[in-house]
Amino acid sequence: MASFRLTNKRRKALVGMAFIAPWIIGFFLFALRPMIYALYLSFQKVKVTPLGIKTDYVGWDNYKYAFDTDPHFVEMLLRYLRDMAMNVPIIVTFSLIIAMLINQKIQFRGTFRTIFFLPVIITSGPVINELLSQGVTTIPNIESYAMFELVKESLTPAVADPIMYLFKQIIMVLWFSGVQILIFLAGLQKVDSSLYEAARIDGASPWEAFWKLTLPMLMPLVVVNFVYTIVYVSTFALNEIIVMISKSMFDTLTGFGYATAIAWIYFVMIAIVLAIWTAVLNSRNS
Amino acid sequence: MNRSIGALLSRTRKLLLGVGENDGFIFKLVVYSLLIGIGFIYLYPLLFMFVNSFMSLDDLVNSMVKWIPSELYIDNYKKALNVLKFQETLLQTIMVAGVPAVVQMVMSSIIGYGFARFDFPLKRMWFALMLATFIIPPQVTMIPTYLLFKDYNLLGTLQTYIYPALFGQGLKGALFIMIFYQFFKKLPIVLEEAAQIDGAGYVKMFYRIAVPTAGPAFIIVFLFSFVWYWNESGLAALYFGNQLTILPLELQRFTDSYARLYPAGTPGSQLNEAIKMAGTMLTIAPLLIVYFVLQRWFVEGVDRSGITGE
Repeated sequence: MASFRLTNKRRKALVGMAFIAPWIIGFFLFALRPMIYALYLSFQKVKVTPLGIKTDYVGWDNYKYAFDTDPHFVEMLLRYLRDMAMNVPIIVTFSLIIAMLINQKIQFRGTFRTIFFLPVIITSGPVINELLSQGVTTIPNIESYAMFELVKESLTPAVADPIMYLFKQIIMVLWFSGVQILIFLAGLQKVDSSLYEAARIDGASPWEAFWKLTLPMLMPLVVVNFVYTIVYVSTFALNEIIVMISKSMFDTLTGFGYATAIAWIYFVMIAIVLAIWTAVLNSRNS
Repeated sequence: MNRSIGALLSRTRKLLLGVGENDGFIFKLVVYSLLIGIGFIYLYPLLFMFVNSFMSLDDLVNSMVKWIPSELYIDNYKKALNVLKFQETLLQTIMVAGVPAVVQMVMSSIIGYGFARFDFPLKRMWFALMLATFIIPPQVTMIPTYLLFKDYNLLGTLQTYIYPALFGQGLKGALFIMIFYQFFKKLPIVLEEAAQIDGAGYVKMFYRIAVPTAGPAFIIVFLFSFVWYWNESGLAALYFGNQLTILPLELQRFTDSYARLYPAGTPGSQLNEAIKMAGTMLTIAPLLIVYFVLQRWFVEGVDRSGITGE
């Protein structure tokens, strides 16, 4: 009996491996080599010549340069960490609210859903550059509004600055939430409506139903959305660190090697942010 | 008398706040104003482009004309269609975005199912590596990947998109695997046990039980994949060279192509913003149509899974 169960378990493990085998093969074929090559380049001084790529081993110099010499990099990283702490929960919460609103039986639901899909198309394509160059996506000169002056004057800078910062970010937050809204919307399709009826009969208010029913059901997708938001905001082409990486790639002074070095440091930072948020979500969960 | 006032009050309250459900007037007012307000922010740039794309040069420079063009000037679209070589480019774009998107959707669901329903050695390590491929800034691996494809002799063909997608390494592939992972994880284990008693194998269990319950996941994964491949002008330029082209790429070359088609000096040859905006509208319009058609299935998918007795 025992041996039968063991083989059964083993069989299941093998089937599971078969299901993810394409990914493992793909990882070795397409992902691993570029990653290793990029890691190798980060320890080199790279010169791109017409004859090909010329490399000189420089040890940890590129990494040291990032922290000791580069005037902006450390500052950017700190700013990045602050952005991550503030923007990510805002984006996820906002998209959850919107997804629940457009999941209801409202008039013109198809139209609304199409409108809320626009950010996905716009931010990933040629349109966003056009828009940013025309300044449509930011509130022009937000400081000039009376309401914000009031905030600035009545509160100490320590409190007022984050609030001001928040307002400035709101429009950008809106543009970053398109994908998350749809992921939540897809998840909401799976929540059984008879459960809500049962909850209502038991006397639960909509507020309670949200916390006891909707949120627990959506929790796995909350995690997905946190991961996605962190990665998306971090690797967005107009993110200042990404801009810096792209610029240093073809900068003759620093070179491609340095660009890959800061990219790896950045990679570690993103991984840390991801780990922290996952830990926070898990502790909330249990 | 008192009673009728009381009844009136409670009726008003019911009308305004609803009966403990989400149907009160105030609630609805808040919902609609929120949706319309935010919707307007999303719509505004598009509306702006749409209106401007119908403006003649006279309207563009006339400060009196802001939102309503004095005439429906479709010349911009005629020119943009020519400059983009629209028909030809559109077909290529549909192929370049559609084929990898379908492949990616199918493969992500298989891989996601494997991660969600089975235990096997080193599962956590593979999962972590998958996340790592997702968070690595794409700018870094772009050139090494280009060199890799050069070694494999794949440059200039659609295979540079299809093969990675086939092995779960497509554009943002890790996200799609994660979406399927979370959808399949919630599947009740009872269903599988019942199927097993009925003698169904693992593969049959996958496409007979798991796949039908994850309809919305399939829709959004296909949509995202399609849109992202559609809009990926950077990789397309790098991998395809001159062999294939897509609409966003043609849009980037708009100014140059325009100058070639309408050489300076000929009447009406000046390129203006309106023509460019017509080009941008043409580039994203197919995506909007695809989404509008697919989003209906969000609702229908639920009804169907209800019938199968989930």
